[in-house]
Amino acid sequence: MDNERIDQIIDKYHGESSLLIQVLLEIQSENHWIPKEAIARVSVKLNVPVARIKHIATFYKAFSLVPKGRHEVHICMGTACHVRGAARILDKVQDMTGIMPGETDMDLKFSLETVNCLGCCALGPVIEINGKTHGKLSTAKTTEMLKSYV
Amino acid sequence: MRRLNTLEELDKFRQELLSKRDPNKPCISICAGAGCLASGAGEVIAAFKSEIEKHTLNAEVDIKGTGCPGFCERGPVVVIYPEEICYLQVTPEDVPEIVTRTIKEKQVLDRLLYVDATTGEKAIHEYDIPFYKNQERNVICNNIKIDSKSIDDYLAISGYSALTKVFFQMTGEEVLQEVKKSRLRGRGGAGFPTGQKWEGSRNDSEKIKYVIVNADEGDPGAFMDRALLEGNPHSILEGLIIGGYAIGAREGYIYVRQEYPLAVVNINLAIKQAEEYGLLGKNILGSGFDFIVKVHQGAGAFVCGESTALMTALEGRVGEPRPKYVRSNIKGLWDKPSVLNNVETWANIPLIINKGADWFTQIGTEGSKGTKIFSLVGKITNTGLVEIPMGMTLKDIIYKIGGGIPGGKKFKAVQTGGPSGGCISEEMLDLEVGFDELTRAGSMMGSGGMIVMDEDTCMVDVARYFINFLTDESCGKCIPCREGLRQMKKILTNITEGKGKEGDIELLEVLSETAIEASLCALGKSAPNPFLSSLHYFRGEYEAHVREKRCPALYCKDLIKYYIDPGKCSACMICLKKCPVNAIDGEKKKIHIIDQEKCTNCGTCFEVCPVRFGAVKKISGELLPSPIADEERIITR
Repeated sequence: MDNERIDQIIDKYHGESSLLIQVLLEIQSENHWIPKEAIARVSVKLNVPVARIKHIATFYKAFSLVPKGRHEVHICMGTACHVRGAARILDKVQDMTGIMPGETDMDLKFSLETVNCLGCCALGPVIEINGKTHGKLSTAKTTEMLKSYV
Repeated sequence: MRRLNTLEELDKFRQELLSKRDPNKPCISICAGAGCLASGAGEVIAAFKSEIEKHTLNAEVDIKGTGCPGFCERGPVVVIYPEEICYLQVTPEDVPEIVTRTIKEKQVLDRLLYVDATTGEKAIHEYDIPFYKNQERNVICNNIKIDSKSIDDYLAISGYSALTKVFFQMTGEEVLQEVKKSRLRGRGGAGFPTGQKWEGSRNDSEKIKYVIVNADEGDPGAFMDRALLEGNPHSILEGLIIGGYAIGAREGYIYVRQEYPLAVVNINLAIKQAEEYGLLGKNILGSGFDFIVKVHQGAGAFVCGESTALMTALEGRVGEPRPKYVRSNIKGLWDKPSVLNNVETWANIPLIINKGADWFTQIGTEGSKGTKIFSLVGKITNTGLVEIPMGMTLKDIIYKIGGGIPGGKKFKAVQTGGPSGGCISEEMLDLEVGFDELTRAGSMMGSGGMIVMDEDTCMVDVARYFINFLTDESCGKCIPCREGLRQMKKILTNITEGKGKEGDIELLEVLSETAIEASLCALGKSAPNPFLSSLHYFRGEYEAHVREKRCPALYCKDLIKYYIDPGKCSACMICLKKCPVNAIDGEKKKIHIIDQEKCTNCGTCFEVCPVRFGAVKKISGELLPSPIADEERIITR
C-alpha cells in the first residue's frame, strides 16, 4: 500500500486523530493487513505516536500486523455455534490447514481466525470464508467445503 | 430528493407518498437480513427480479429486500402482499413457480408453507405460524413491512411522526417526563432506568452533550440489535434525535460492531437519506433544532460494549474501561455528559412518544415494562428473534414459541445474559422473564441472548467456554480479571480434560469471589457468573468430571470413547470411508471396529452413521466392551 493511498484515506476522515481506528480499519480492509510503513505514515499524518497506533492495532481483533492468506477463514465460536459443535469444526479446519487460529500458512493460502458470533445463530455451526457464510456444517461437510478453496 | 423545511412540507410529502401507493398492488418482500442472506436470500432476490422482468410485470409488482422478521431457522423468508402469503426456505428454483402460480394465478403453493410438526397443519400467513402467534411484536414488527434501504417506506408507515410530535408539541422536559413515566429500562444489560439516565444529563449545566447508540452487540448468540439496525435503521435514528432533543445534545454517535458490515451500510445510508430530507442537520423541519449523527465502527473488542470503554474507543483510543466515580451521563465522551443507550432502547423511544407512556406501562411486569426481543438459539426447534411482553415464562418462550427441543432430546438448561449471565435449569422454567426475576435466579437479562441447551450439552464445558471467551476479551487492565480468569480457565480446562483434582471446585469459587469483589468494570465483576450458576444447578456434573473422570453429557472429548455396537452395525462402510485417520477396521458384511489407538475422537463416525442404524455410541467413565471375536464379525443375514 503506497503513501498516496494512505493519505487519501486519512484525508477522507479530515485528518482527525480521534478517527484513528476508522483509518486503520480502512487500511486493514483494503490491504488485508497493516504494514509497518503504513503505521509510520499514519503516525506522521495524524500526529499520533507509533506506540499508540501499535497499542490499538494489537488490542483490537480486526487488525493484523502480518500478511493474510488468500482465503480468510473465520470460524464462529459464538455460544449458539458452540453448543452445536463448533469446537469439532475448528478441530477439523486446524487439522486440514495445519494452522491455529491467528495464523497463516506458509503458502499464504489460508488465514484462520475464530470470531465470537456472526449473528447467524440459526445456521450454526457457521464458517465465513472470504465474506461468504457457510452454515449448518458438520465435520464431513467442512472437509468438502474447504477442499473447494484452492 | 428534496429537503423538507417545515412540518407542513413533511406532511404533504407523506400524503403524496401514500397516494402513490396502492395497498392492493402485489409486493414480494424477501428478508435481506444477514441470516437469510447467508441462506441464499441474495440469489432469491436476483431470481425474482429477473423472473418478474421476464413476465414483464415490472410495473405491476414490487420487489423488496426487507429487514429480518426473526424466523431465521426457515430462511430465506418470502412474504407476498397483499394476501400476506408466507413462504419459507425459498430457493431460486422455486421462483418461476411462485411468479406464475402465486403472483399471476393467485394460488397458494402448499409445499412452501409452514407445516406444524405436531399437528401437520399448514399456515398460509405469517401470523398463523405458532412462532409468531405467541409473540407481541411492537418493536421488530416493522422490519418486514419496509425496505430497509428506503426512507420513503419508513415515512409511509408514519415514520418520524414521533419526531415531529416532540418538536412541535412537546418541550424537552416533557419528553423526558414521558420517558421516565414509561419506566423503560435499558435493553443492553444492566436495565438502568432510561429516564433517570437522561435526567442526569439534561440537568447538567455543560453546553456540549452527546447521545450515543451502543450497537456493539458482543454477546455471542445475540443478534436482535443487528436485526433492528439492519432492518429498520430509521427507527433508531428517530429515537436518537428525540433523545438529543430531550437532553439538549446536538451530536449523536452510533458505535457499530465490526462483525456487522451490513448494519454499517444500512445505517450510513439511512443517515444520508435523513440528511437529504432535512431530518438531520441544521434547523430540522424549521424547529430550530440542529442535530448530526456520526457512525463509528468498532474493531473487534467485546469490552467496548461496556459504556466507559465504548466512549474511550469513540475517542480513538484503546477501549479500556475507567472507574465510574462520576457516571458517564455527567462525564462521558470527552468528559461531556453523554447518554449511552442500547439499540433496542432507542427503538422503543418513538413508540413511547407516539403511543404514550400509559400504553407502554400496560405491557410487562411491575419492575420490567414493555416488550423485549430475545434471540432464541441453540438446541431449539425454531431459532430466531422473538419479541415478547416482559413477564412471559421461560417455558412458554421455549415451548410455545420455540417449539421445544429438536430430535426428541431432553431440555437441560437455558443460558441468558451472554457471558455475564448464567444458566437456568429445568426446575426454574416457570420463571417469569424480567430484569429482577432473572437476576434473582442467578442469571441476568443481558442484551437478550437466550441459548437453549439439551442433554448433550456439558455444563462444565459451557462454563469453560464462557470463561475462555472472557479471558480472551479481558482488556487486561485489572489483575483479578486478567489473571484470575486465566487461572479459572486453566482449572476448568483441566477438569474437562479429565485432569481435575479434589479442591478444584473450591479453588474456582475463591477465584470467582475475588473477581467479583475486586474487578473494575462489569466484565470482570460478572465473569464468574456462568461458572457459579452452572455450579449451583449442576454441581453433580462438576463432581462427575473431577472424581469419576466422566462427562455425563458425553461431550468432553478427552473423557469419551467412540464405540461401534456390534449388534447394530450393518457394515455399510460409511464411517469407515469417512474416518480421517483410518481408525475403523471392517469390510462389506464385516462388522466394523474402531481402533482406539488410532482414534482421535473427532466424532465423524458418530455423525455419519445413518440414524436408522445408530450403531456408533459414545461412552464415558466406563470400560469399553471387549471387541468381539473375528469370526463373529461376519454378517450372514
